[in-house]
Amino acid sequence: MAEEKRLMKGNEAIGEAAVRAGCRAYFGYPITPQNELTAFMAKNMIDTKRTFIQAESEVAAINMVYGAAATGARAMTSSSSPGISLKQEGISYACGADVPCVIVNVARSGPGLGGISPGQGDYFQSTRGGGHGDYFHIVLAPKSVQEAADLTYEAFDLSDKWRMPVMILADGLIGQMMEGVVLPPPRDIAALPRKPWAAGHQADTHRPINHVTSINLVPLELEASVRKRYERYGEIRKSEVRFEEVNVEKADLIFVAYGTSSRVCLGALEMAKKAGVQLGLFRPISLWPFPEKRIAELAAKGKRFLAVEMSMGQMVEDVRLAANGKADIQFYGRCGGVIPSEEEVLAEAYRLLGRKLDK
Amino acid sequence: MELAYGHPKSLKPIQTKYCPGCGHGVIHRLICEVIDELGLQERSVIMNPVGCSIWADLYFDFDSVQPPHGRTPAAATGVKRMLPDHLVICYQGDGDLAAIGTAEIVHAANRGEKFTTIFVNNAIYGMTGGQMAPTTLVGQKATTAPYGRDPIEAGMGYPIQVCEMLATLGGTKYLARGSVNNAVNIRKTKQYIKKAFEAQMRGEGFSLVEVLSPCPTNWQMGAAESVGWLEENMVPFYKLGEIKNTLEAATPAATHQTQEAKR
Repeated sequence: MAEEKRLMKGNEAIGEAAVRAGCRAYFGYPITPQNELTAFMAKNMIDTKRTFIQAESEVAAINMVYGAAATGARAMTSSSSPGISLKQEGISYACGADVPCVIVNVARSGPGLGGISPGQGDYFQSTRGGGHGDYFHIVLAPKSVQEAADLTYEAFDLSDKWRMPVMILADGLIGQMMEGVVLPPPRDIAALPRKPWAAGHQADTHRPINHVTSINLVPLELEASVRKRYERYGEIRKSEVRFEEVNVEKADLIFVAYGTSSRVCLGALEMAKKAGVQLGLFRPISLWPFPEKRIAELAAKGKRFLAVEMSMGQMVEDVRLAANGKADIQFYGRCGGVIPSEEEVLAEAYRLLGRKLDK
Repeated sequence: MELAYGHPKSLKPIQTKYCPGCGHGVIHRLICEVIDELGLQERSVIMNPVGCSIWADLYFDFDSVQPPHGRTPAAATGVKRMLPDHLVICYQGDGDLAAIGTAEIVHAANRGEKFTTIFVNNAIYGMTGGQMAPTTLVGQKATTAPYGRDPIEAGMGYPIQVCEMLATLGGTKYLARGSVNNAVNIRKTKQYIKKAFEAQMRGEGFSLVEVLSPCPTNWQMGAAESVGWLEENMVPFYKLGEIKNTLEAATPAATHQTQEAKR
């Protein structure tokens, strides 16, 4: 029987989904606007006899995740933008040592301490491998509380499957707002797939020893291991692309937006529809791998695009790369924690289409 | 006839890359002897540090996890919380533990994390080539303290006595300082390591064994001379012995566990 719908805050729904996905260890450090998530995990992880630690820093928290995940346990941390910057060292090590884990960024506006209002200025940091070295990891961007729960739950499976960190890139609005959510079923931790590469429990099988490490001082060997990882990235680019489309076939102009800004675009699209104007929405859900193939297809059909972001223009670069000069790509953005209104986004679309906004 | 003394099973029978006169080899061996005596080879995880002993995973014949520089106690926290019945060892040098990783060691110790840190103090950065460490003695020369460590005029600070610093924390149960300068101290250091490992396996709080260790290469002296330098300069400042021991008087339990592990 399907579970009934609950009214939950985004931060709490992410926590509940993680517990249900079989997360055995959570490590966090307080930062707004994700504090409800850490508090939720404190209560629920302790109640379910799992591990919760309020770490001394974000740096320590991600390394606790690294250690716990190195033993094969499902582990997670969450933070917000400045804290995610601090975690980049640990994320690079997890990628270099092929250690799966889940990292939630309930993003705010920057740079520096910036503000605590929602922002999308962490796109580059999230999708380009925010730490040192050659690497990528999966990045998923929810638009709602329901999707935040679903993607968090799925993130643990993807992380294990591909042996890499998976980041949930939400923002302060998704984290703070309340919506109805139907939660996924609890996973039986004992029934999760074994990880033969992990440290510990050697006595059970008398297998050869395992080293969970990213070091290799022999250039040709290190190059070979990085290339092998890039082959895996190629597989992920083929099989893990996720996006949503609304009215893209009929539309003259297609919004490209993820997360909170995609909700604003959807509102503008509905307003245009009432006025008899066909606008579309292309919403990347996986920011890495980016749905570049589909954007290229739409660009080849002569579509025009308007990327809308709560940043000064970051994802728009991926749209331009995907279109590869075959389409007109425009950008509209607000930053500093400002969420654009449906009206201003619609006005920009109309301006590009040479239409007047009906008052 | 039973073999009374031989190469530890947990230590691979290969020559190390460490410099002549370096203390790491002896310390590695002591750890492995204790692991063998406790029968924990297949239930041990060592956290390799960033520093010369990054090579440790070539020598220790049991599982390892390699965290970023200084983050060893945080990563060890994650490992031990997931593997509470395993022996988890943090192997850290003075730069790793007392400079870049000060926050991590203080808080892991304060939480009473149930792993054991082997803290190798050679008063210098080894792998990077002889820079000043937090434990470099006043007046001691380093590439980044070319006129000697000067805490006042040059503002280079004072050498940190890690055991004494951690002793104030409620989570620490056993803090001892040994040295590998002579046979007597090597045997004593082994006893400290054994006490710490046994305490860990009993689930008592945080334990740390600091080991004073020579670094002839970066001290720029011969191996024999470096032992004399350690005795004359390090031992008077870094007092040897058990700095804090609030372990439960659990010798019978420890003996029992050892015998059980051997079976």
